[in-house]
Amino acid sequence: MQVVSVVLYLILAPFVGALLDGFDRIISARMQGRKGPPLLQPFYDLAKLFSKQMLAVNSVQMLLNLSYLVFLAVAGAMLFAGADILMSLFILSTADMFLVMAASSDSSPFSTLGAGREMIQIMAYEPMTLLLAVGFYLATGSFQVVDIIHMPYSTVLPMPGFLIGFFFVMAIKLRKSPFDLSTSHHAHQELVKGLTTEMAGPTFAIMNIAEYYEMTLMLGIVALFFINENWWSWPIAIVACLFVFFLEILWDNVSARVKWRTLLDSCWVVTLLSGGLNGLILMLIR
Amino acid sequence: MAKLAKSPWLLHYDASSCNGCDIEVLDCTTPRYDIERFGIINTGDPFQADILLITGGINNQCESVVRQLYSQMPDPKVVVAVGICACTGGVFKDCYNIKGGVDTVIPVDVYVPGCAARPQAIIDGVVKALEILEQKREAYSEKQEQKGRA
Amino acid sequence: MGVIPVLILWPALIALLIPLLRNSKARGIAVYVGAGGVMILALTLLISWLRGGGQMVKLYQQTEGIDHLMLAGELVLMVLIVYLSIRHRKYPVILLSVGQTGLLIWSETTQPVEAPYHMAVDCLAMLMCIIAAFVGGLICIYAVGYMKGYHKHHTEYQDRSGFFFSMLFLFLAAMFGLVLSENLVWMYFFWEITSVVSFLLIGYTRTEEAVNNSFRALWMNLLGGLGFAIGIAVAAGTLGTVQLGEVVAAGAVIPVVMLAFAGLTKSAQLPFSSWLLGAMVAPTPSSALLHSATMVKAGVYLLIRLSPALCNTMTGMTVAFIGGFTFIAASMMAIAQNDGKKVLAFSTISNLGLIVACAGIGAEETIWAAILLMIFHSVSKSMLFQAVGSIENSLGSRDIESMHGLLLRLPRLTYIMGIGIAGMYLAPFGMLISKWVALKAFVDADNYLLVIFLAYGSATTMLYWTKWLSKLVSLHHTKEPAHDATLPDQYLSMYIHAAATLLLCLLFPLVSTYVVDPMIVELFGSAHEVLSMSVLTTMAIMLVSVIFVPSLMFLLTRATHRDYVPIYMGGINEGDNTYFTNSFGEPEHLYLSNWYLRFEFGMRRLMRPAVIVAAGVLIVMLCLIVGGAV
Repeated sequence: MQVVSVVLYLILAPFVGALLDGFDRIISARMQGRKGPPLLQPFYDLAKLFSKQMLAVNSVQMLLNLSYLVFLAVAGAMLFAGADILMSLFILSTADMFLVMAASSDSSPFSTLGAGREMIQIMAYEPMTLLLAVGFYLATGSFQVVDIIHMPYSTVLPMPGFLIGFFFVMAIKLRKSPFDLSTSHHAHQELVKGLTTEMAGPTFAIMNIAEYYEMTLMLGIVALFFINENWWSWPIAIVACLFVFFLEILWDNVSARVKWRTLLDSCWVVTLLSGGLNGLILMLIR
Repeated sequence: MAKLAKSPWLLHYDASSCNGCDIEVLDCTTPRYDIERFGIINTGDPFQADILLITGGINNQCESVVRQLYSQMPDPKVVVAVGICACTGGVFKDCYNIKGGVDTVIPVDVYVPGCAARPQAIIDGVVKALEILEQKREAYSEKQEQKGRA
Repeated sequence: MGVIPVLILWPALIALLIPLLRNSKARGIAVYVGAGGVMILALTLLISWLRGGGQMVKLYQQTEGIDHLMLAGELVLMVLIVYLSIRHRKYPVILLSVGQTGLLIWSETTQPVEAPYHMAVDCLAMLMCIIAAFVGGLICIYAVGYMKGYHKHHTEYQDRSGFFFSMLFLFLAAMFGLVLSENLVWMYFFWEITSVVSFLLIGYTRTEEAVNNSFRALWMNLLGGLGFAIGIAVAAGTLGTVQLGEVVAAGAVIPVVMLAFAGLTKSAQLPFSSWLLGAMVAPTPSSALLHSATMVKAGVYLLIRLSPALCNTMTGMTVAFIGGFTFIAASMMAIAQNDGKKVLAFSTISNLGLIVACAGIGAEETIWAAILLMIFHSVSKSMLFQAVGSIENSLGSRDIESMHGLLLRLPRLTYIMGIGIAGMYLAPFGMLISKWVALKAFVDADNYLLVIFLAYGSATTMLYWTKWLSKLVSLHHTKEPAHDATLPDQYLSMYIHAAATLLLCLLFPLVSTYVVDPMIVELFGSAHEVLSMSVLTTMAIMLVSVIFVPSLMFLLTRATHRDYVPIYMGGINEGDNTYFTNSFGEPEHLYLSNWYLRFEFGMRRLMRPAVIVAAGVLIVMLCLIVGGAV
């Protein structure tokens, strides 16, 4: 069962991520009064990127990018294998570190700027992810995902604060406005493409696939809040994931990018007020 | 339409334009014209661009910049000259500092005349560029295959 | 067990011998012989102890002569401190020194206590011996090369290398004595020696800054020493014993809190962190040996010894709070530093804070984490200090900004730095696993404040290491040549450290089972599985993958054809990646800086409030605990 879900994750996650990205682009376009690209646009983009010339500014960027991809896949695989959620989140930040290194290895102004901001972003979201794991432990008595999804009730009931906090920092991981500081999908801005500036063709395609793995991993964590031992919790979890994803898109479209200081302050404060307080309550009633 | 034609990403560079054409280029991204329908993204990064969209004529200062940006775009790639200045140098053609149109520096595939070029014309030009891009892609992959065999 | 006096006396002998050697080559040989001897002696001790069954061995029942010698030694130390304080006009220090020595002498004469034994060898002591012998010995070997380079650079300082080596070896002798002592009076004697040696080494360059910093280190450590002396006096007076084990078993509140206080000062916890930062003016080997790998560990060693008495007490809560608070505050301040050694110093303080917090909780799991953190931190941090020292000798600067693109300029040192940094914070290296266990243990101990500290502190820790690492791997071709001035002595030490770091992480499950679990049994009487073997094995596999994946990717991508182009600088590169055309049309050198967030996380902003909070909590809690006990 575990093997099946890991294999399914490894194979399907990029497709799920790309499809969600396609939906995202259509919904965003509709919100802006446009028609938007076709649903399969992300697949077209990937196919194109792989067919392009292999331009590079140094010899290590590709391998660091691939390492980023592999570690993200490992982090996600751990979650979907039902293993330790804390370990999965630790590996997630290790993966992110490879991305930062890939960007800094260029030693170019824009990618270095992006890498610096990415580090601030990691610093902003990391307390929430650690507290999240603690929250699951407090609510269920285990860090193991297998145990968490076999609870008699959904964990969102005792830990709504964590869901709010996680929703907040998820905007960073999905690279959504107002927290898309390190790179962005839009042109004409101060950081060009941030940490992906020097990634061309296949290198950039790998980065995109990694992002799809990450997106799936994030939504997997959201699903963790809803899944319990009853079969009907699974469709609820999927609906909840889609709803959370929709909210992120909505937030993306109604807000402008903030400065790093606002990002850091708001993420830390929200983490403390939502996750921190919720965790405290859980600990007191334990 | 195949791979490239479904996902052409743009790099917009203003050589020495009066900004008239630039505004029209930006117009294309507005909801009214919505170039994202065709999967077009205005990236602003040569490393990820397939189409170089240039407005304005080439002068001494921007000549090396245009060359460099062009060199930083991965093959296959096309160049679209937008506006009469980019096509030929326009009214500035005989100025002491103007070299002429974009094709004096790098090969241009599509010329979109107009002062300023209208958004419809620009989109037309880009769509025309897609066909050329597709041909180039075929030529490029053939070349790669030959290289692979050799 | 007859090897113990030799183990302590041998480095002391070398310490006496080295200043007599004027020739630097002879001195180098003496250091090699001394360091090699220390390692062999420590190994001999380990083997003979393991042959004896690896149980706790109690030694030296009758030691009147040595007791008198130690008293004399303490008086000599006091006279030395008084003399130096008068010479440098630092009079308050005299009070502290005379006060504690007087207190101890008074206690020993008015309340003579029969000690059943004076030294004890057990797992924890043995581990500390091995760390001190191997890390310490290697650092001495490293120093042979380093001091040559150091004085080539710093011609303005008088070359007192003989004195320097002598002090390093004296310190090693004291460290062995400290960790092997069971009698508190003996331990106090060695404790004072380490304080004085550290003081003398910090003042090595004799600049005004060095002298001021050395006195700051001295008075803070003496304050701890005073606490130690009070602890001894109270224990002798009320309990009638000065055996550490018996004091802990009795759980006597005042001696324990006083000893814990001494431990906090020694391991540079807030509000006493500033001495360790000031200690960075000393030559790097002393920073590596005293101020990160071993001496500051004496403080946490004492706290770990005390931990059974700290569990679920107010003292333990206070210690844990101070530790956790130091962990987050120091890691925040490290962000704003661009001096490599300062970052290492803050990181040391921060990691010690985590260990102290674990010891303060005093549960099995936390002590497990604390001991592992101690092992990994000693090796990695010592290596990092050595690498920074070598880089400083090669570049003439230890500014992290000047390490931009070091991978291309000093590749070997950069790899060593990389291993050290990765070992300090990346999954799944040892430090991180220990942190994980600590997090779980804090939750189990219902200490939510520490959980919050750890969650935020991990984030800030991540930032300062990652930005350093990314600085190193920037592939920036500069035209300034860099000459690797590192001598073979230095590389020998650093390579062994690097290998040890990797091996320790790979053999993590074995270390946990065969080294740490016996200690837990010693301290608590039983050991439960903290992390299941399968988890540990998974982690070892993960570690292999961290090394393996990038290498594999390297092999995979090496063959692919790439066309190289310049980096993107808006199309205005001057032909290569280092210069661009500025707005005057002139070529301008590209300079990329890290983020330091000085206004947010700077020492100027955070240090004072942090010290005030920590000092406030410490004073209030001390008053409450002592008042409650009296």
